[in-house]
Amino acid sequence: MRKTNVLGLIFPNMHDEALRDLTAIRAFGSVPFAGRYRLIDFPLSNMVNAGVTKVGVVTKSNYQSLMDHLGSGKAWDLSRKNEGLYILPPFGATDESYSGRVASLAGMDAFFANSKEEYVVMSDCHVVANIDYKAVIRSHMASGADVTVGYIEGALPRLDNLMVLQTNNDGRVTDITIENGGAGEGKFGIGLYVLRKDLLVKLVHNAVSRNQTHFERDILQRYVADLNIQGYAIQEQALVISSLASFYAANMAMLDCDKRANLFLTDRQIYTKVRDCCPAMYGLESTVSNSLVADGATINGTVKNSIIFRNVTIEAGATLEDCIVMQGALVLGGTKLGSVILDKDVVVKESRTLQGYASFPIYIDKKSIV
Amino acid sequence: MLLAGGQGSRLYALTRNIAKPAVPYGGKYRIIDFPLSNCINSGIETVGVLTQYQPLELSDYIGSGMPWDLDRSQAGVHVLPPYQRNKGADWYKGTANAIYQNIAFIERYDPEYVLVLSGDHIYKMDYSKMIEAHKEKNADCTIAVIEVEMEEASRFGILNTNPDGSIYEFDEKPAVPKSNLASMGIYVFNWKKMRKYLIEDENDATSENDFGKNVLPAMLNAGERMFAYRFEGYWKDVGTIDSLWEANMDILNPKVPLDLSDREWRIYSRNAGLPPHYIADSAKVQNSSISEGCNVYGEVEFSVLFPGVTVEEGAIVYDSILMPGAHVGKGAKVQYAIVAENVDIGENAVVGERPEDVADKSDWGVAVVAQDVKVYPGATVKAKAMIDADVKGDE
Repeated sequence: MRKTNVLGLIFPNMHDEALRDLTAIRAFGSVPFAGRYRLIDFPLSNMVNAGVTKVGVVTKSNYQSLMDHLGSGKAWDLSRKNEGLYILPPFGATDESYSGRVASLAGMDAFFANSKEEYVVMSDCHVVANIDYKAVIRSHMASGADVTVGYIEGALPRLDNLMVLQTNNDGRVTDITIENGGAGEGKFGIGLYVLRKDLLVKLVHNAVSRNQTHFERDILQRYVADLNIQGYAIQEQALVISSLASFYAANMAMLDCDKRANLFLTDRQIYTKVRDCCPAMYGLESTVSNSLVADGATINGTVKNSIIFRNVTIEAGATLEDCIVMQGALVLGGTKLGSVILDKDVVVKESRTLQGYASFPIYIDKKSIV
Repeated sequence: MLLAGGQGSRLYALTRNIAKPAVPYGGKYRIIDFPLSNCINSGIETVGVLTQYQPLELSDYIGSGMPWDLDRSQAGVHVLPPYQRNKGADWYKGTANAIYQNIAFIERYDPEYVLVLSGDHIYKMDYSKMIEAHKEKNADCTIAVIEVEMEEASRFGILNTNPDGSIYEFDEKPAVPKSNLASMGIYVFNWKKMRKYLIEDENDATSENDFGKNVLPAMLNAGERMFAYRFEGYWKDVGTIDSLWEANMDILNPKVPLDLSDREWRIYSRNAGLPPHYIADSAKVQNSSISEGCNVYGEVEFSVLFPGVTVEEGAIVYDSILMPGAHVGKGAKVQYAIVAENVDIGENAVVGERPEDVADKSDWGVAVVAQDVKVYPGATVKAKAMIDADVKGDE
């Protein structure tokens, strides 16, 4: 992959509040997905696949599991002498002032100054998609825009501070509204931006000097007439995670062969940390159908329409339907689980029954014993 | 020093393009993952891998050694093919000659001891314990041995030992074995001694430059202190089609003491980086090992599926090994077969047979289809067949 002149920035804590249960112990970006991934794997792989070789991960809180996941960046080929992966912990920012991107960006002057790239691509972690960032970057260069904003056109997700765009025939953004708990249809931003690095630094400093903290509201919305903001419609399949129910639905979508193929492209791979598990083992009494199963799992029970992560053990006589079972969980015999999300290392003892609904799955905390 | 140059000629079609240590094993590994992982787990961080036959894929696989945590600036894994010197170039003439030609490599690290390994076996072993035993006995050479059934002992290189474990005799494939301690082809040497005997062996024009045949007997005859080190645990040669098939089936058998999920002694491998595997509604999977990136729509029993294998609807895979990227078309039947990488088995094709379906048992054996071969729809590959070209009809 030829190197680009673009620096990557990922915000793994954006929208933490939308997945309160799962982000109580981790950043949004390190929420497990589809059997072996973390949500940050998608924007990070998208960047790497576009030839972005220097990526800063702008952390805010709860980033221990994220750092463990990212390590030196080797899995993404980002362990390099020059460039590579940089974890950028919060610098002098109080929780309040971080409510937007601006404060954290303001603390990154040295990182920007030490990067020779002239452009920046920024992404959040709440959209599961294999997006051709190269095309986004190319479109930005070709349009001559100041800022390019990636958006999806469709039903508005129920996210706080959702940026909803109006565009003209040339794709230029003419109006921006910031909505909470959106309803209806529209063009909504997904936290994907391309702009010149020096412009970003200027805009951020200008906002900070006015005690403004919110990138979308205080910069993009405020200067929508002065800046040339170009919309970029995401055409790729994109699953927006805005709640526990949509997280559940996005995982279940991975049981669809076409949707899986649209996400895990062979020419733009999604990379993740390697854990060196042995292959999954199926016992003599296993009955498995329509399920995604990761390496290291041991299955002796009945599993239907479910996502089974690494090193999960399902004992004989257990029945799981429509479940998400995260890494290291143990489900003993006689158990019946329906529409349940088991976080990491949960133990479900013999003969327990838990039944949720697809629109309201039951969530069991990490390391709980049921 | 890991001897990885062997052709593995008894694996026939499977080693057509790759060296034996690069042969896939156990659902996601290659044979060489075992000695390499044993090394790092035993605290051995400098490893020379001696390659010769079809080194390309093996060198590629080892790469920088990153998957085994052997990418080091001072130590790490080094691939050592034969090379040209000012006096000319030589292939490695034998196992001892391979080490002889790399004396300069070993001297760079100025070691006290050298461990010699082969890339032919599946086992988990803590080499540091063997080296401890070597030191305790103040030995010049220690050879790892495993107890085999007395009836089978005549297939192995047998060591006859005194009660203190010292070796008094080597018996290569004895007709009437005196002991059942088989050499595992794992040696610890005092480097200075080893160096001396390697040079002497090289100067002996009649020598085959082989450890087992020449160097070890020479040391014994000269009265050096040589000891056997007993290893207990799973150890399996995978040098033949049958033993490779059996060793793969062993991972499905909970009674076999080879635990690949042991987090304390991990077996590392280069990862394919594929999504988890998918088991469809139409699928039936039992007593099998399935790895990432597989898509199973058919029936799979008593089988090992490597990453990226597809089994289409209505297809049957029983008692078989499907290596990375193999594709089994709709309605095809694969039984007692080893299907190598990227083989394409067409719809309704038949590969291999169950032993009970073959009239003359001497005609039965595991069927093997070599890498990249296409078995056309409706074609048949009989039991025991070794296929290394596309199949259109019956073979």
